[in-house]
Amino acid sequence: MMRMKRLTVYLKAYKKEALIAPFFKLLEALMDLIVPLVIADIIDQGLMASGHNILIRDFIFLIVLAVAGMGFSFVAQYFAAKASIGFASDLRQSLFDHIATFSYRQLDKLGTGTLITRLTSDINQMQTGVNLALRLLLRSPFIVFGAMIMAFTIDVKLALIFAIAIPLLCLAVFTIMLKSIPLFEKAQMALDKLLSNLREDLGGVRVIRAFLKEKDEIASFDADSDALTRINVLVGRLSALMNPITYILINLATVILISRSAIRVEAGLLQQGDVVALYNYMAQIIVELIKMASLIITINKSLACANRVSDVLAIQNEMVYGENDLETEKTETAVSFHDVSFSYDETSEDALEDISFTALKGQHIGIIGATGSGKSSIVNLIPRFYDVRKGSVEVFGHDVKEYSKEQLISLIGVVPQKAILFEGNIRDNLKLGNEDADDEELCEALKIAQGYDFAMKKDGGLNAHIEQGGRNLSGGQRQRLTIARALVKKPSILILDDSASALDFATDLKLRQGLAALKDMTVFIVSQRSSSVRHCDTILVVDDGKLVGSGNHEQLMKDCEVYQEIYYSQFPKEQAS
Amino acid sequence: MNGTSVLKKLLKMIGKYLPMLLLSLFLSALAVVMQMYVPVLFGKMIDCLADLKNIDHVSLITYTKQVILIVLVSSLFTYLMSVINNRISYKVIEDIRKKAIRKIQALPLSYLDSHPAGDILQRVIGDADQLSEGLLLGFNQLFAGVVTIVVTFYFMLSKDTMITLIVLALTPLSFLVARFIASRSYTMFEAQNKARGKQTALINEMVSNEKLIRAFAYENTASERFAVLNKDLREASQGATFFSSLTNPSTRAVNNVIYAIVALACAFKIIAGQLSIGDLSVLLSYANQYTKPFNDISSVVTELQNSLSCGARIFELLEAEELSPDPEAELKDAKGSIDIDHVYFSYRKDRKLIEDFNFHADPGMSIAIVGPTGCGKTTLINLLMRFYDTDSGDIKVDGNKIKEISRPSLRRNYGMVLQETWLKKATVRENIAFGKSDATDEEIIAAAKKAHSYEFIRRLPKGLDTVIDDDSLSQGQKQLLCITRVMLKMPPMLILDEATSSIDTRTELQIQEAFNALMKGRTSFVVAHRLSTIRNADQILVMNEGKIIEQGKHEELMAKNGFYSKLYNSQFAPVE
Repeated sequence: MMRMKRLTVYLKAYKKEALIAPFFKLLEALMDLIVPLVIADIIDQGLMASGHNILIRDFIFLIVLAVAGMGFSFVAQYFAAKASIGFASDLRQSLFDHIATFSYRQLDKLGTGTLITRLTSDINQMQTGVNLALRLLLRSPFIVFGAMIMAFTIDVKLALIFAIAIPLLCLAVFTIMLKSIPLFEKAQMALDKLLSNLREDLGGVRVIRAFLKEKDEIASFDADSDALTRINVLVGRLSALMNPITYILINLATVILISRSAIRVEAGLLQQGDVVALYNYMAQIIVELIKMASLIITINKSLACANRVSDVLAIQNEMVYGENDLETEKTETAVSFHDVSFSYDETSEDALEDISFTALKGQHIGIIGATGSGKSSIVNLIPRFYDVRKGSVEVFGHDVKEYSKEQLISLIGVVPQKAILFEGNIRDNLKLGNEDADDEELCEALKIAQGYDFAMKKDGGLNAHIEQGGRNLSGGQRQRLTIARALVKKPSILILDDSASALDFATDLKLRQGLAALKDMTVFIVSQRSSSVRHCDTILVVDDGKLVGSGNHEQLMKDCEVYQEIYYSQFPKEQAS
Repeated sequence: MNGTSVLKKLLKMIGKYLPMLLLSLFLSALAVVMQMYVPVLFGKMIDCLADLKNIDHVSLITYTKQVILIVLVSSLFTYLMSVINNRISYKVIEDIRKKAIRKIQALPLSYLDSHPAGDILQRVIGDADQLSEGLLLGFNQLFAGVVTIVVTFYFMLSKDTMITLIVLALTPLSFLVARFIASRSYTMFEAQNKARGKQTALINEMVSNEKLIRAFAYENTASERFAVLNKDLREASQGATFFSSLTNPSTRAVNNVIYAIVALACAFKIIAGQLSIGDLSVLLSYANQYTKPFNDISSVVTELQNSLSCGARIFELLEAEELSPDPEAELKDAKGSIDIDHVYFSYRKDRKLIEDFNFHADPGMSIAIVGPTGCGKTTLINLLMRFYDTDSGDIKVDGNKIKEISRPSLRRNYGMVLQETWLKKATVRENIAFGKSDATDEEIIAAAKKAHSYEFIRRLPKGLDTVIDDDSLSQGQKQLLCITRVMLKMPPMLILDEATSSIDTRTELQIQEAFNALMKGRTSFVVAHRLSTIRNADQILVMNEGKIIEQGKHEELMAKNGFYSKLYNSQFAPVE
């Protein structure tokens, strides 16, 4: 219930619409329910010799009912659309903004795939669900029971047939539906399996051909395909029952109704027109029941989506930030770690253990070590992307937890491992972290990042279009733009997280020379390449989450075994001299 | 591909189900006629009640029996028809899928490389479903609709000509209303789809890169950009949803007016003694449902058009040009000498790539391929393994032109380890035995030991029986498994792809050792990143931008003072 409450808040803004829509839908249904009575009146009163006036009156009445029904329905559709779309739009915006508050840890846990589905198809499905529910959820039961009540006003004894037939019909419709829902899920699973099988085939086509496995892959696809067909045929057989069974039930009820009526008519308790009216009510019931069954399937789907969206909204960012801007000029220390231990997840092992080091303003700090040793973890703690488990991280003499989010981010420029660019032009991408930068500043950053020449060669220069994800650029070009993007922020601390890997050695070298010229900036260089870090003021050597060495290249070559191992694996011994 | 040709091909495909299809149509026609007759019987039953004093109980019972019989039989027919339709529809889908998977395995890589996997998936799975369901069920509905209209018309006519003509004349009204709304809402739906597409693109981009947004404090701008698109979508949706939802109430209103007119006309006829009250109930219930098949048919037509376009997409795949047929000649156990003679190759005619490439490798030689990322090493692999054919010139193995021997026999002589590791979602054992499915556990373990993978395999929760999932192994471990896979096969020629930075030093050393064990005595092409591999190679091919620009031994290339020596030296250049 808590889960739904988080969402119904968004419907509250459209309370008026959400009430008007079903109300007018009921009015429309009422029009439908009156029709058989008018027909009965035509038969019973209008067919008398003197009935011409009554006939005309009833005819006009029928037309009025038709037009009024349409009008009521228009009103209902309008408000249902307004409420459901408004609800979905507001929810989408909130969810989008809510996701933007998640910490790295929460993003790791949730995964982007899920979040995108929540924002798109789940909310769309909810919009459809709300729209249908507002219009039809009340209407169908109203007509079913309305028809029964009308039947009671005509003839109580005969109405009992309705009272028996309706539960039986409900039973048939809902049993078949409930039985097929789990089968539908199974079919979906079989389909997913087939899809991933084919996706795997397409992804590994070279390996499959190199190993001559085409026939085996065909066989395994066929097996999955067979399984899917079998379950689909089974589901089909079950749903095929719906129509015949309801058809038999409703017609049996009608037959009984008319035979029973005969006795009542004979006894003078009922008129022929009333029989026709009862017959018409029976026909209305079945149409509405079938509508209701499909409506319930849709609403069921929407509820599942609603639960998933609600679960995401329930997640709160656990990080607390400082409020005031802090003084950062007075200290000589840029970054210092004090006995920092850190894990990505409460339950998992520590990714970092007891790390301590100090980086002075303007220094270049290299971080080297194997994959998974914790290099990136160290730099991720500086802008407080994650919180430490133990110890503290200080930036310019203050614990990172004391900074406001905005100030801390403004101090630090990050170049992430993955060189990601947004769709748009080069200028917009470079200004991501500093909207006020002018073209001159952008060009300067590009020059340092070794991206100026290629950017200027592009059609339009800074206005050159970048496709989504930067697909129209090479890996090296993307990396150079992401480095420039961080430099445009004019950060006091720059973090290069293995972000020059796609650069050839010559460009890598020029980049390092360019950075060396920016005297006041503290630079962290994470790399696997010895050549990228060997000229740093201090090199931190990380192995399995521990700091196993720190010092400059010459010191480490003397006394750090891990550093030597890395170095010699890249520079064979005879060359290293 | 136009609609008729798709239809013809499809008919050919469902040919074997034609008897079943005809049976289903026959059953459907019978069921419709019977169901249409039921209201007539109810009308007659109501007429039995006309004379209050003298109700015709005998006829009433006869009609009751008839109704029950007809209802039961027609229900049975309906059920059988649905079951048969289902069966045909799913069998046809399965036939298409079977054809498609066989096709995919027989297509040249140039086709698969140039068509995104998602597109092919959509054709094989989504389009096949839509085609079969849309076409078969749609066709059936269409047929049933036409039968319903004809039968209704006949029964109405048998009751009263004038009223039938009234209904017939007024029916197009509800069509016109529906058509008017549909044409108006079409542009609104287009606008909605466009707005939604834009928003989805933004969502994809932003949510996938939330960390980047956090690192650059871009949240507010992102939210503003989202809000703009969200507002557009909201306006477009409101129009499309509201306007299109007017169809039902409007057509219903038209139908209700027709209903009223029929009621009035009937009443006058009854007074004139030309119709009975039972007839009135029959005509009213027909008037009520007469428009339904028309509406069904118009929606079915859209569905059919949609299905045909899916069909066109499927046939485009099924009819794509296959690989040239394999020559009979087999390459038996190769020694491993490779000649590349005057080879020209390019992916696109307008962009020349490899031109007049000549090269010779003796059996057992190691050849390093060197160059920056994206330099075109896959091109070379594509040609050696004959994933692509050369434009002109020949590649020879042991003196045999590879175009003149069967592809399987050529590939059997190669072992390939790529950096983008590909493993099946299956057990470790199945993955290692990928190229030799009859391998015993002893052989597998021996190969794993030689490839340095046994150490970690042993520590997996279920050893060789562990099922490999996407994230259960590290990149390095995956690569060791790929090496083991080749180690088990022991082919005379190798294509290896050295790891770049994603693997840690220790694993990298293990991989290096495994590579060395593999390469002993085998002709091997190594995409090299490590200096030691490069320096120890018998020959070095230097590639850049897809072209082979230099070739020779390390010393020769250094002496040349060209691209290679620049690349090599930049590693050692000092900062100052």
